[in-house]
Amino acid sequence: MKNISQKYFRENIQRSLLDEKLRSNVKNATAITLSKRKSIIEDIGEWELLRENASRIRKNTIENLDYYLKLFENTCHRNGVQVFHAANGEEACVTVKEILRKTSAKLVVKSKSMVTEEINLNEEMEKNGIEVIETDLGEYIVQLAGETPSHITAPALHKSREEIGRLFSEKLGLPYSSDPTVLTGYARNILREKFLNADAGISGANFLIAETGTIVLVENEGNARLCTTLPKIHIIITGIEKVVPSVDETLLLLKLLPTSATGQKITSYISFINKHKHSNDIDGPEKIFVILLDNGRRKLLKNPETNSALYCIKCGACMNICPVYQTVGGHAYNSVYPGPIGSILTPTMSSFCNGKDLAFGSSLCGACTEICPVKINIHHTLLWIRNQAVEQSYTPIIEKLLFRIWRSIMQNIFLYNLSSKIMHFLQPLMLHDGLSIPETQASKNIPKLADKSFHKIWKSELSK
Amino acid sequence: MKINLFIPCLVDQFAPQVGVATVKILKKLGCVIEYPFEQTCCGQPAFNTGYRNDAKILAERFINLFSESEYIVAPSGSCVSMVKVFYDELDLSREARNKLEHIKINIFELSEFIVNVLKITDVGASFKGRVTYHESCHLLTELQISKQPKELIKNVKGVDYIEMIESARCCGFGGTFSFKFPELSTTITEDKVMNIINSGAEYVIANDTGCLMNIETVLKQKRSKIKTLHIAELLAAGM
Repeated sequence: MKNISQKYFRENIQRSLLDEKLRSNVKNATAITLSKRKSIIEDIGEWELLRENASRIRKNTIENLDYYLKLFENTCHRNGVQVFHAANGEEACVTVKEILRKTSAKLVVKSKSMVTEEINLNEEMEKNGIEVIETDLGEYIVQLAGETPSHITAPALHKSREEIGRLFSEKLGLPYSSDPTVLTGYARNILREKFLNADAGISGANFLIAETGTIVLVENEGNARLCTTLPKIHIIITGIEKVVPSVDETLLLLKLLPTSATGQKITSYISFINKHKHSNDIDGPEKIFVILLDNGRRKLLKNPETNSALYCIKCGACMNICPVYQTVGGHAYNSVYPGPIGSILTPTMSSFCNGKDLAFGSSLCGACTEICPVKINIHHTLLWIRNQAVEQSYTPIIEKLLFRIWRSIMQNIFLYNLSSKIMHFLQPLMLHDGLSIPETQASKNIPKLADKSFHKIWKSELSK
Repeated sequence: MKINLFIPCLVDQFAPQVGVATVKILKKLGCVIEYPFEQTCCGQPAFNTGYRNDAKILAERFINLFSESEYIVAPSGSCVSMVKVFYDELDLSREARNKLEHIKINIFELSEFIVNVLKITDVGASFKGRVTYHESCHLLTELQISKQPKELIKNVKGVDYIEMIESARCCGFGGTFSFKFPELSTTITEDKVMNIINSGAEYVIANDTGCLMNIETVLKQKRSKIKTLHIAELLAAGM
């Protein structure tokens, strides 16, 4: 588990704040997506109704998760697709290794998947002598740079094309260019060879349709389709919450996902995968395996205060709109899922102790909740997590004490007016350089108290 | 119309002129005003920082003070949303919860009260200047109030209204957030202030004193001549 305590989170934020380039990259990229999203929504016209329906679908599915998972598993079996369950990352990796070992696979092409980031799949495979190549352009960039994705749908969003150009020329020995067409061409040439030689393809899933046993993949580059059709084996690793009851309901969610994620009405490719190839098909995998990962999701499911976070369809819109995310980028969170939804998923799915501080790194503006296509009440949930941090005594004792004293003052009008008097007296002595804040280099300017409070003015002038 | 005035502690201690302006407007519009003198804070700072027990005690106190009100009006979207939306998330006594149901229907943010209850969109104020409007987060996302203040501002005689870009983006305050992550908070405020400056306005208007005090600090650091003004102060101008 990565360290994401408040001190560490703060240090990350400080580092990001000093990086002007990072901030402008993130701000520009999110602004473009948001403006495209806005114009599509104006086109669609019935956005609120769609959100309402999508939220209902997700709620119903999550409330009956086991039923739909069983249905999905049964239809998969009928389709000849083998389904595994994994309680955690370790189990998932063992299952993948086992499948790859049985088929003597050495080279794996992978399409974008946050779940595989969650379980450190690449690292685990490399330890076993298996080469895993990321084939989504953003993921490929991040892999080359030895980094992790900074955004769940746009992994290299934090990098400018100049930075990508330098990375490609340094790591691949190719002539520098900042032209996206040239850079994409570089990646395409390298990846094509990998696609043709790969023994297995690994993907995530955007949706799992229970009634038909269909795996749905949403993408723009065609790399996921190549990963899932060229190699002999296709392994899908996905969270249990991705299941959707029917095709109709999936189609509704598909109206919301690309719009929210990338500001597109529909992506260039949407694949519906049902079964392995027939004997007379030219291409397609010979075998398909699905690994359904828990990894803390059931723990989250049990908690009625936070389980709506499982409605998430991983569009990343809450990151794009969040003023904190826009300012510090995804890496500052040091958590697989960054941004507002990550600040819920990390403490609730994995370690509360380690992840709870993320919930304090929010101005609670609620822009995340407003934009969420499945209407997760994100900022209210962050408030609940803050309360849990207090209840479980993770917050400083001094803070607890101060709130206790403050509350006692606020409970009594006499003490309230008295402390106002005392503050008037103390203010000139202590606050002219601002109030310095412990554990930071910052000081906060405290505005001057008014000469006469409204209470006083009311009593002396207005009440008459 | 009888109103119980709810003046947030921030206004009481730091910006009482906002309260005075609120009284002036409401009196002019024919309201009779009572000020429950025992009032202090609604409990929001504790609630937002996770201290729900402390918040609950202050919430029950507030509910008792205001439970008999015909109307409750406050010059703040944030504090009204605390009562109207967030009190529901506290572990209140059954008695307080029953009283709260009545309060939730009768509590209004100032601009909402003027437009939706009094059905007035021009309060008869006059003010000369170029103004822009910052949409405070709680006002917008918890209470869905956006049209009312804009309409009231545009109808002030002499006002030249300019929309800033990203007017609904957070100013970075977030209460105790600005103390826990001061540099981050200030950086977000700087974006807001740049948008205000680039709008060409002379005044920035908002419905919440917290946002305005936060914006004012950075405006001053940048040596900008732009002034912050609470909507109540604007609407009371020239009365």
